[in-house]
Amino acid sequence: MKIAVCAKYVPEATAARRIDPQTKRLDRSGEGVLNPFDVNAVEEALKLRDAGADAEVVIVSLGPERALEAMRRALAMGADRLVLVADEAAAGSDLVATSRILAAALERESPDLVLFGQQANDADGAVLWAAVADRLQRPLISQVAELTLVDGKVRGKRQTEYGYDVIEAPLPAVIAVSDAINEPRYPSLKGIMGAKKKPQETLSLTDLGVSAEEAGEAGSLTTVEALSDPPERGDTVKLEDDGTAAEKILEFLQERKAL
Amino acid sequence: MKFLVFVEDHEGRLQRDSLGVLSKAASLGGEIEAVLLGSEVEGLAAEAGKFGAQKVHVLDDVLLGAPLPQPRVDALENLVRDRGFDAVLFAASVLSADVAAGLAARLDAGLNYDLTDLVVEDGKLVGKRPALGDSVYAEVGWTSEPRLALVRSGTFEPAENGGRAEVETFESRLQDFSLAATMVEQAHEESEGPSIEDADVIVAGGRGLGGPENFALVEELAKALGGAVAATRAVVDAGWYPYAAQVGQTGKTVSPKLYVAVGISGAIQHKVGMQGSGLIVAINKDPNAPIFEYADLGVVGDLHEIVPKLSELVRARKAA
Repeated sequence: MKIAVCAKYVPEATAARRIDPQTKRLDRSGEGVLNPFDVNAVEEALKLRDAGADAEVVIVSLGPERALEAMRRALAMGADRLVLVADEAAAGSDLVATSRILAAALERESPDLVLFGQQANDADGAVLWAAVADRLQRPLISQVAELTLVDGKVRGKRQTEYGYDVIEAPLPAVIAVSDAINEPRYPSLKGIMGAKKKPQETLSLTDLGVSAEEAGEAGSLTTVEALSDPPERGDTVKLEDDGTAAEKILEFLQERKAL
Repeated sequence: MKFLVFVEDHEGRLQRDSLGVLSKAASLGGEIEAVLLGSEVEGLAAEAGKFGAQKVHVLDDVLLGAPLPQPRVDALENLVRDRGFDAVLFAASVLSADVAAGLAARLDAGLNYDLTDLVVEDGKLVGKRPALGDSVYAEVGWTSEPRLALVRSGTFEPAENGGRAEVETFESRLQDFSLAATMVEQAHEESEGPSIEDADVIVAGGRGLGGPENFALVEELAKALGGAVAATRAVVDAGWYPYAAQVGQTGKTVSPKLYVAVGISGAIQHKVGMQGSGLIVAINKDPNAPIFEYADLGVVGDLHEIVPKLSELVRARKAA
């Protein structure tokens, strides 16, 4: 079987994040990494393969050309192959445009199982999978905290506002996993050394049959009109523990009459 | 403006957040319609009238009995294409988020998500959403019709306006692929466990605890402070603590006077469940944890050192 994992290139969490006032897009000029939430999806694919599913694990991503290096982490963990859709015309794509491009890339692979991570670390988006599943016309299970494959079916335990549901779907299917589903492995030195040699393909929108008008800002149906500072939350105090943190918390609670 | 509000039901009641969004739409004015999709839900439809719906479209179908998104996308597609709406509004939930995004793809309609306000300016709908861990606010718009909007959970309070709704049923074909996923076992409300919603003080533990055994530290501090124990989704999903204690988007929404977050990074999923707390104290070893952006007091340090000491100090102080 073939498992595709959708992965995003996001700015490093420690980098100061800013929105470019000109383009009103996230400034992505700094260092980037594989979205930490997607690492759980990669791990889950590898676990299914380790558990005996004779699977090829393909990473599918939409991002700038330089995302390639960060995405290799998934190959170093054990994924077999990487497909990166890198096209300047795709920059600034919203949900509708992104799902269109990603669905086209996935259709080309026609995997049995498509995995997504819980959310994007940069845009707080947590809905892309449902748009992609609809375009692919495949069953969807989201928020999955436990995943099993049995007899051509996938079974997911998902958490909702009311507790845990168990949902089953025939393959091919689209699954979005929770970040609590597993503890991702660290790439081994051998894995890191071998990652560069694994197949890595860069595709353009033309390769996917998606026109420039259907992608990027041209293909997006939402706009950012203005940016402003958030409402003040009053004073926040942040301190490093120098051995007296417990005392300082106690003082603070007394000052604020919280005891 | 003609609005359609997706109203979710659960065990014979209309979900609170969706009534909140309905009330908000009603306050914006215009034609306010709601849609209710489920099995044996027709009797609930009139209730939406009290919160501002002038008309409620109902699809009552046994195939919609389980709270699964895809057949709901089919039904909404048909209703929206048939009747036409300027905007379709959703209150974020596990179900609604998937329905909204599925509908965006189906209709090729723009979806703005995580909205914390909706206004009409010069006859145009404008959404407001925080971004980058709520460090910046964006005003967002749409270039498509209908405009799809997914509102952050807990944003709008339901407000009864004493109105009445006309209830109208409709039919829809449901697609094969939409019915392919099936519910094997559906969650039902867990009632056991202490209630955290009424507690004045909450001490909450997250993945930074390192393991389920370390919840003892959290319990000890909660006991010293006279408070209740809560947990994040990650540790509940991992089986460290029961679901009844979960705070966040898919858990409980709490607003105690004091909220102590121990080993919690403070991702948005958690924040929406506790941001109404009076005083927030956070202890985490990662200085970049988002929770430090909204904690009144943030302490960067080792919780294993700090929490036991704090419990002891609080006990001593209370005994004095």
